[in-house]
This record gives sequence, C-alpha cells and structure tokens, in this order.
Amino acid sequence: MKRFLMMLFVLVMVVSFSVISVTAQTKDKIGEIKIKKGEPIHIACWFVIAGPDASLGTDTKRGVEIAAEDKGGKLLGHPIKLSFQDTGCNAEGGQAAATKLAADPTIVAAIGSNCSSEAKPGAPILWKAGIATVSPSNTAPYLTDPKRGPEYDGYLRTCHNDKVQGAVAAEFAIKQLKVKKAATIHDGSVYAEQLAAVFAETFKKLGGTITAQEAVAPTDTDMRPVLTKIATGKPEFIYYPIFIAAGGHITRQVKEVKGLEKVALMGADGIFSPDFYKAAGETAIGMYHSSPDFSAFAGGYKSFLEKHQKKYGEKPLAPFHAHAYDAAMMVFAAIEKVAKKGSDGSLTIGRQALRDALYATKNMKGLTGNISCDKYGDCADPKIGVYKTTADNVKKLVMPDKPIWKP
Amino acid sequence: MLKKWRRLKERITPTDIVMWVIGGAILALIIWGSTATIAAGRYNSHHWFDFVIFGLAQGSIYALIAMGYTLVYGVLRMINFAHSEVFMSGPYTAYFVAAAFYRSDFLDQHPFISLLVIFLVAMITSAGIAFLLERIAYRPLRAAPRLIPLITAIGASFFLQYVFRGLYGSGFQAYPVVKIFEGEWAFGEFRILRFHALVIVAAALLLAALYSFIQRTRIGKAIRAVSEDKEASYMMGIDVDKMISTTFVIGGLAAGAAGVLYALMFKQVHFFMGFIPGIKAFTAAVLGGIGNIPGAMLGGIFLGLIESVGPSLFLDGLGIIAPYQLKDAIAFTMLVLVLIFRPTGILGERLAVKKA
Repeated sequence: MKRFLMMLFVLVMVVSFSVISVTAQTKDKIGEIKIKKGEPIHIACWFVIAGPDASLGTDTKRGVEIAAEDKGGKLLGHPIKLSFQDTGCNAEGGQAAATKLAADPTIVAAIGSNCSSEAKPGAPILWKAGIATVSPSNTAPYLTDPKRGPEYDGYLRTCHNDKVQGAVAAEFAIKQLKVKKAATIHDGSVYAEQLAAVFAETFKKLGGTITAQEAVAPTDTDMRPVLTKIATGKPEFIYYPIFIAAGGHITRQVKEVKGLEKVALMGADGIFSPDFYKAAGETAIGMYHSSPDFSAFAGGYKSFLEKHQKKYGEKPLAPFHAHAYDAAMMVFAAIEKVAKKGSDGSLTIGRQALRDALYATKNMKGLTGNISCDKYGDCADPKIGVYKTTADNVKKLVMPDKPIWKP
Repeated sequence: MLKKWRRLKERITPTDIVMWVIGGAILALIIWGSTATIAAGRYNSHHWFDFVIFGLAQGSIYALIAMGYTLVYGVLRMINFAHSEVFMSGPYTAYFVAAAFYRSDFLDQHPFISLLVIFLVAMITSAGIAFLLERIAYRPLRAAPRLIPLITAIGASFFLQYVFRGLYGSGFQAYPVVKIFEGEWAFGEFRILRFHALVIVAAALLLAALYSFIQRTRIGKAIRAVSEDKEASYMMGIDVDKMISTTFVIGGLAAGAAGVLYALMFKQVHFFMGFIPGIKAFTAAVLGGIGNIPGAMLGGIFLGLIESVGPSLFLDGLGIIAPYQLKDAIAFTMLVLVLIFRPTGILGERLAVKKA
C-alpha cells in the first residue's frame, strides 16, 4: 500500500511538472520568470573578484553597480538585485560559477564573465538554463566566431574582439616602433593564445618576423629559462598578452636575461591595471599596453569617473568598467523592453524574448561608444589605443589615462 | 641455471614488461630530443650555463621544502600536505617587516641586518605554524588509521590558506628589492645573477646544517631512532612526542627560509603561493626517495634542473612549439621514469634502514 502511494505520488509529480513545462513553453520557447510584486529583479554577475586578477573583476563590478545606481536601483518599479560570483579567471572557476548560477531560477540575466577561459565552458551552461549573459571583458575571438556553435546563442559582449586589439598592437610595433623581429608569449588561456596568434599573424603580414611563439603556465614563476630560449632568436619586441601574476614575473625577469636588456615590452588589457604595477614594480616603466582608448569614450564617461571617484575613493582599477556599465545598461534596457506587467503588479519575462531583445540592441548610446550587436553577439564599438607606462604611473599606482598612439 | 631462469620468469609480470617498454620509449625520446637539440646548435655554452644556474636556484628551494615532507614522512609515515602553507606563512608574514624596512630605507642602508631579521621572522613564523599544526591537527589523530591524518592535512592546508587570505587579503604583495643583490657577476661570457648566487649559497648552507643536525646531534639521533621504531625508542627513554614536534619545527624552519629565498627570487607573495612549490617539493621528495634526507635534496635539485633545462634540451630538438608550457609535464614524466626503474626513488625510501 505504502509503495503504491509512493508510486502514485511520483506519478503525480511527473505529470504536474510536465504540465507546468508545457504551459510554460506555450508562452516562451525556453521558459519565463515571474517576479511578484515588490520582489527584486535578480541579475547575477560572474566576475573574478578574488585572487591575483581580482582587479579585473572589481573594476567591472563597480561599473555594474554604478549603472544600477544610475537607474535609481529600480527597474519597472522592482528593485534591482545584483549578486556576484567569483570565477577565478580560469576554465574550472567559470564552469563552477556558471553551474551555480544555472541552478538559481530567480536569475533573469547574467553579466560576465571576465576572462575568456571562463566564458568558454560557462556561457553554454548558462544558456542551457535559459540565462543570457553579456560579458564586459571577454575579448577572445572564438566566443563570437560564426563557428562557435548554438550553445553560445545566449552570449554577447560589449568589449572589443581581439581580432581588433591584436592587429592594433602589431601595427604599433611595425609602424611606430619600427621593429622587425618580435616574439610572443601566451599562457594557454583562450584569451592570451588567440590574441598572441592574431598579433603574430598581423605582424607577419606587415612584413615583420616572429622569432618565437612561446607559452608558459599561468602559475609559473621562473620565466628566466623560457626568456633565455626567446633571447636566442634576438627579438626586438615581446608581446605577452597574459594575466597579472605571470605577466609580473615576465616583466621583472626580462631584463635579467642576457640579450633581452633592450627589448621593448608590450602587454594587453589583461595586465593594464595598478595591480600589475604592484607585481612588476619599477620594471614596468617604459612598457606598452594595448587597451581600450579611454579618450575616445563618449561624453558621459567623465561624469562616470566622478561618480566612481566619489563612491570608491579611487580611480578605476582595470580597463573594463565602462564596458561593464554598458553591459548592465543593455541588460536593463532589454528587460524593460520584454517584461510584461501583470494586473497584480508582477512582471513576466520570457527568457528567449530577453535574449532576442539583447541581440536586437542597435545604436545604443553607451559610454564606450555606439553599442550595436551583430548576429554573433559582438556589440562593441572597438576603439583601441596604445599606452606607455611612466615612472609616475608606477609610483602612484595609476594607469596612464591617455594613449600615446592610435591606429 | 634453468631453475634460476624460471624463478626470474615468475617474478617478472606482464605489467613490469609494459612499464619497461614505456620507460624505454621515454628514455629513447629524451636521448633523441637532446641529440637533435645539441646538433641544431641553437644554444651556446653560456645559454646552457644560465639554464643550469636557474635550475639550481629553483631546485635548491624545492630541496629545502622537500626536507619538511621527507622528515615528517620519516617519523610519522604521513604526507603533510599542509606543508605548502607552512612554506607560505613565513615569507608572507615577513613581507610586512620587509616592507617596513624598505619604506624607512633601513633595507638599503643595512641590507644584511635586514635580511637576517626577515629570515628570522619568516623561519620562526613557519616553524610556529608547523608546531601548532602538529599539536592541534595531527597529534590527536596519531592512533587513527593512516588515511585520516592525510585528509586532516588537506583540510589544514585549506584552513591555513584561507586564514592567511583573511589576515593579509586576497591580492598579492610585491616583495621589496634588495639593491645589493641586484645585477650580476660576470666571469668571461658566463654570468650569474647575484640573488641566484645568494639563493644557491644560502640553500646549500642550510641543507648542510640540517643534514649535520640530523646526523651528528643527540636530537638528530633521537629523531632517527623515532623514525625507525617509535615503541622501542619510547622504551629507550626518548620523548617521542617531543621528537615529533621537533621534526615539525625543523621542517618549518627550512620551509620558512625557503620561502624568503623564493620571495627574493620572484618578488611576489600571496596566500596561494605555496601550492605549486609544495606539490613540486613533494614530487622532489618522492623522486629522491621519501623519508630519505639526502634523497630529498637530490630530488629537489634534480627537479629544478629538469624544469629549467628539460624543455629546451629534450623538446626543442623534437620540433615541439612552445616547449616551456610542458615544463610540468616533463617534471612529472621524470618522476614516472624514475619510479619505473627505481620504485623507491633515486636513493631509496626511509630515514635510516629499510623496514620489513
């Protein structure tokens, strides 16, 4: 008898669940979220907020927070709830964070991730749960590549694609510095590997020679052996678009290696942060970075910086705060567009509809420029500049605010 | 003769043969790669000299940390996985002293006194953490089955990591630069970076001191006795608990000193810094024969050298791109290779004599 009751109970559960899912499907292809009156709209951020690359995550976190504040903390009469999940700037962390977010049915949309390695496994997990995500700082070309596959359909980004950044860095090396021989180092991450490859390709196309395409592990500390190997090719320029810990070690150790005393160094946006100056110390003086061009940002950027200074008491920590602000604004606008108000003050948001609204973003006036999404989720208006670090930057731990060169 | 052959046949299992084939293949690959690299002539003698020095410096740090693993294994037959946090705690705490010295210019005016103080702070902190670790986490579990202290060690490792993260923050700190150890000494076309020389000399002195302490002093003798037979040494009037504590303290002192050398070499500290060197040092201890003190030293230096020289020597000639990414793979392949041909490590297991 007991067993029969149990069976019956299970059967009832199964039937009721399938009925629920069927009814849900009739309204939105992949489900919808109902937010009762007074309940918050939950937007989850998956950023690197701990560990050596925490500056990247903290910077974008602040961008999102300022965006929510600019909205008055409310969307369609519902408070905005932001939650933050650490991703660790590696594939495992991204996967863990995405799995955690996917299990939370209250999440309307996500913002993130920071490092491309996190998004590669993470974005498909989120999209499987019907959560669209807008990244402020994943720059690896793969993520918006036509060949990326349907599991990335819920993925968009407001930052540049590294096809742009790698090319700008190579042009700068050839046209401005007039170097002929360059070496690249990546750390096996999706971001670094692809960016280094784009750089090398463009550099060769412009007539330069690549003497070595080396790689290290992000946890490596002793870079002298690999640098000694690079020195045998006698490069005049080294491009290492990696992250802070390993980037700091390379910068410190380059000049200690025979044959590399005069080599020009260039990193990318991943190490364009005061934390990198802490890691590299005075050896960072004179080094170049490719990064978004702040001076080309829209007029609203100035008041953003003032709010930032007032709220956090310091200058931005990394290059992607404005992209995060734009990503948040894009998500807010899409929610406003697709949310249906019920008579009892509730909100109903269709997940597929929200994703489609995000992809339909056109000519949005963002801080970083004109935000228009293509069909693969590339929404940025990429403006890349090259910065040079001065002794003053390192001493005061602030990033240079004006690029020395633009394409 | 026939009988002997049959007995040998019984002793050799198919697994052995497979292992030997794998080992032989790796060895052949290494020899082929090295010959090809040397024949290509890409590296000069001073490049090789640099590789060896880099490897020696890194290896002597591994050797110092490996001492802690091997000593504890010797007396307790357990792997103290929290040793990597013992290694981290010293230099991280000493960082604050070093930074204060740096700000007040004391570091540049009296570099040797400052370094001495930094070393003392780091060694005492690490030894203290190691002592408390044994007292709080391991001693109550000493009678428990062997797996339990192992799990406890992993737990203690996480606990310590996050305590230090809570205390000092999750970012990393840049270690101040000691000016007199910057730059290099040149001998003709060969040269050595000053702090590499410092690291190698300091580590060699410490290793020698540790070794003679274990071999020559009464306490060292007692530790060796405990590692051979706890009950018997208890009956001989040795305070076993005290000797185990002492072992942990010695391991902690070595790890603290290794930590400062590491910080001087890489100039960064953060709460997770112990993890990788800890794993490597453990590998070094196994490589040399865990429980064996000269083995740990040898294993550490061997591992450091392989990591530095290996990618260029073995893989460059095979035409593999970006060989330095495979540094860890080479190190662990070496471990496999050594364990295939010598299952107890290069110098064999155990502190004093083999136990039945």
